[in-house]
Amino acid sequence: MVAALHQKLRRELWQLKGQMLSIALVVATGIMTVITMRGGYESLVSAQQDYYQQTRFADVWVAVRRAPESLLPQLSRVPGIALADSRISRMATLDLPDIDAPAIARFVSLPVQGRPLLNDIVIQRGRYPDHAAIDEVLINEKFAVARQLRPGDNIRAIINGRARELNIVGTAISPEHVYAMPPGALMPDDQRYGILWMGKTALEAAWDMDGAFNEAFFKLTPDADVLEVVSTLNGLLDPFGNQGAYPRRDQPSHLILQGELDQNRVMGTAIPAIFLSIAVFLLHLVLGRLITTQRGEIAVLKAFGYRNSEIGTHYLMFALAAVAAGIAIGGLGGVALGQAYIGLYQQYFDIPELHYQISWPLILSAALISLLGAASGAMSAVLKAARLPPAEAMRPEAPATYRAGPLERTGLGDRLPASARMVLRNIERKPWQTLLSSTGVAFSVAILVIGFFMFDGIRYLMTLQFQEIQREDVAITFYEPQSDGIMHELWRLPGVTRAEPLRSAPARLVHSHLQRDISITGLAPDSQLRRLIASSGLDQPLPPEGLVVSRLLAERLGIAVGDVLDVRMLEGQRHRGRVVVGGIVDDFMGINAYMNLTALDTLSGQQQLISGALLSVSSDQRTILYRTLKQAPMVAGVASPDDSLQSFEQEMAQGIFVSVGFLVGFASVIAVGVIYNGARIALSERGRELASLRVMGFHRREVALLLLGEQALITLIAIPLGWLLGYTLAWAVVQGMQTDLFRLPYVVNYDTWWYSAAIVVIAAAGSAVAVRRRLDRFDLISVLKTRE
Amino acid sequence: MSAQPPDTVLRAEKLSKTYRMGEVSVHALRDVDLTLHRGELLVLLGASGSGKSTLLNILGGLDTASSGRLFYGDQELTGASDHALTNYRRLHIGFVFQFYNLVSSLTARENVALVTDIASNPMPPAEALALVGLSDRLHHFPSQLSGGEQQRVAIARAIAKRPDVLLCDEPTGALDAATGKRVLAVLDQVNQETGTTTAIITHNAAIGGMGDTIIRMSSGEITERISNRARGNVEQIEW
Repeated sequence: MVAALHQKLRRELWQLKGQMLSIALVVATGIMTVITMRGGYESLVSAQQDYYQQTRFADVWVAVRRAPESLLPQLSRVPGIALADSRISRMATLDLPDIDAPAIARFVSLPVQGRPLLNDIVIQRGRYPDHAAIDEVLINEKFAVARQLRPGDNIRAIINGRARELNIVGTAISPEHVYAMPPGALMPDDQRYGILWMGKTALEAAWDMDGAFNEAFFKLTPDADVLEVVSTLNGLLDPFGNQGAYPRRDQPSHLILQGELDQNRVMGTAIPAIFLSIAVFLLHLVLGRLITTQRGEIAVLKAFGYRNSEIGTHYLMFALAAVAAGIAIGGLGGVALGQAYIGLYQQYFDIPELHYQISWPLILSAALISLLGAASGAMSAVLKAARLPPAEAMRPEAPATYRAGPLERTGLGDRLPASARMVLRNIERKPWQTLLSSTGVAFSVAILVIGFFMFDGIRYLMTLQFQEIQREDVAITFYEPQSDGIMHELWRLPGVTRAEPLRSAPARLVHSHLQRDISITGLAPDSQLRRLIASSGLDQPLPPEGLVVSRLLAERLGIAVGDVLDVRMLEGQRHRGRVVVGGIVDDFMGINAYMNLTALDTLSGQQQLISGALLSVSSDQRTILYRTLKQAPMVAGVASPDDSLQSFEQEMAQGIFVSVGFLVGFASVIAVGVIYNGARIALSERGRELASLRVMGFHRREVALLLLGEQALITLIAIPLGWLLGYTLAWAVVQGMQTDLFRLPYVVNYDTWWYSAAIVVIAAAGSAVAVRRRLDRFDLISVLKTRE
Repeated sequence: MSAQPPDTVLRAEKLSKTYRMGEVSVHALRDVDLTLHRGELLVLLGASGSGKSTLLNILGGLDTASSGRLFYGDQELTGASDHALTNYRRLHIGFVFQFYNLVSSLTARENVALVTDIASNPMPPAEALALVGLSDRLHHFPSQLSGGEQQRVAIARAIAKRPDVLLCDEPTGALDAATGKRVLAVLDQVNQETGTTTAIITHNAAIGGMGDTIIRMSSGEITERISNRARGNVEQIEW
């Protein structure tokens, strides 16, 4: 390009720095979300795969009551199985002196020789236990951190009724416990739940499991049919108290991690795609209008003999400068944000070698998309200007053609002041431009709606779960099913005002060719502490016989109310029965099936067994109750919905500021990008008109109102449009985030509507103030005396 | 404050204007004294760069002088705020420019209404447009009007608020001879019928014949003042 044109470019870029910066920030936002979210997702997936490979993570698991070691060779000969391994894995109580409630641990055996064939662990601190030692133990890293335990410390556990002093020799992590949730809980509790690895010999002795195992897992051959293997294993292991074989996709820790990754993939693709399209759209809109205002200059350059290609390159440089700045800001910001994003995962998930990895192909493709969007926006405007013969382009533009719009033809317009007509006619003259600008702003409203909606949904879900559904103060879980005679003892515990039995019975539900292993929850017929809530919001009564199931389970099994299921119990005598579907509930956590306790007893052929209890407790006695329960050998866990809600609120409060900060920032960047640029361009397009008004004696405020009235109207149109867009996208998010563990309720609070509108209005008002200041500095004479 | 003869509308005392253009000072106006009387039609003649537009802009409150004083009736405008100058323009001054500066999204009538909406004692827009002979063009948009018609709408817009002073900067500059004469005839007629004090800037000496007073400017100074006892007919202007 020619030196003088370079000079022009440099000067004008500086003159237009406000507009260029706002465009650059929109591009930066798009690039940043790509690099952060998609890059974060790719980093997570690669860390997960490395981890699984390094530890030889199994493909299929099975838990039994007790099976002889000699069975293992037979299992490994099942077609499709490449490798088989087994271990002992049992729950036991920990005696932690500084907390009142019982704490529990899962004890997992380590082989007598060498390392586990499958599901190995990764030592973080200390060393692997001595095979011969009977009191050496490894603890999981999160538990160690939460309890401030170090190698060399001791920990007391009650194993099979006997207190044992164990010597911590190190900390470890395992892909089976990336996200360590106590049984039956909805969230990890690193203070009160640990994973302890010990030599097999010691655990065999503790639980009388000499020459036996209660867990086996398998690596499959690449061509194996997982469901077939699962089915064969179930057949072979049923005589040994089989609790159901399950493939990797149902392994609890993997299920949560994979769910998180799936959500990440959905969000990491959808959100950057939305942002990048907005960025490209804005580039197109803003650069196009910007160049249209340079019509005269293009004509002059052409008159001097510049070629269209030279002029095109010159204006393309405007676009490229803005995008290059955006790519630089977005690239740096994205990498920093990506590291923070991965840092967040490091807090929740124990995955080794989880680092944010910069993906150059990703950055390059995001940059390329932005560049293309900018170039297309710039080029169409340049071509339009370049097509005009120079003489024509240099003449003052003929007055734009206007006519009375449809609104005025109704006669309504007669009552409007002339200034309002100017605003209306400008909009009616360029309806597409108005609509596009409104759509741009609507996206920023929509982004806020989706963001706030996630909090609304989660808060709704938590309140529903922990205040409406789980109405107990304390839920107790037993190690082994107990006779319901224990209820009398529970009633007598300090502070207990109500006690209800609960039974959780593993079962296989079969409907035609579809089947699913779950736990049936048996509730007392007159249960007041656990409510089932139908989609209407009303109580769903528990039928005397028959199952009430989660909507998702009904969908998975293809069943409706009135259908009959084959149920096979996976414990005790493994009874089979046929049960009718008595109701379907729209719940949001887990996949559940509820049944009248008496009917469940009949179905399983096990009379009056309970696996836990729900208690109402007067609040001043709760600590005493916890201390009492801590001494009870049969109690495995104690959970309180209040505590869950509280710890959830705390976590949420921390995250909410950061997320809201980003949302508001991103939405503002988009709103400002549209409104500020729209007003600046309108100012340059209609400067003469506005200056004339000032000359005629219109005050600054009145003129500003005219100019900004149009932007105000654009914002006004954008708000309901954005609400609609946000509501629709929120529905897509609900669908995308639907997992077995968790569904997001489609609930939007009133506040979300108002906040999303208010933030965008504030961003628009800020842009208006900036343009108003420019309008105030307007040189009336020079605008009027010079031609456009 | 000095006493004003009762028929004085605008009075300028030793107005000077210096622009700073980088390193150079440009004296656009040097010690100009000028009085505009009620009902007078003043023609300001001068080459481009003679300072006539600067003078008009200062008289109209679009610009401020570097030194000297300006009175509107008894009211001193020297050093007035932007707000005061806006009100001055709004209530007392009408402007007509070479480029008509109509609002393209408004019809002829609405362009006039734009001014009458904010004036204290305006004439109805239709009446103002009738004065300039555009009664049949009330609902036309600027894009549907010829250049001469657009300029006449601009004049109607300027006079509709019944200004005390009508300031016209090269009102025929963008028009051909026939249309230009038509526009000048309208200005002449408005001046005679409404008694609005009118100042017209032009570089076309022939137009001087239509004024009560003719002032020639050069290099920011008034070089000649002529009182024209017998105002010429616009039709006789040699273009």
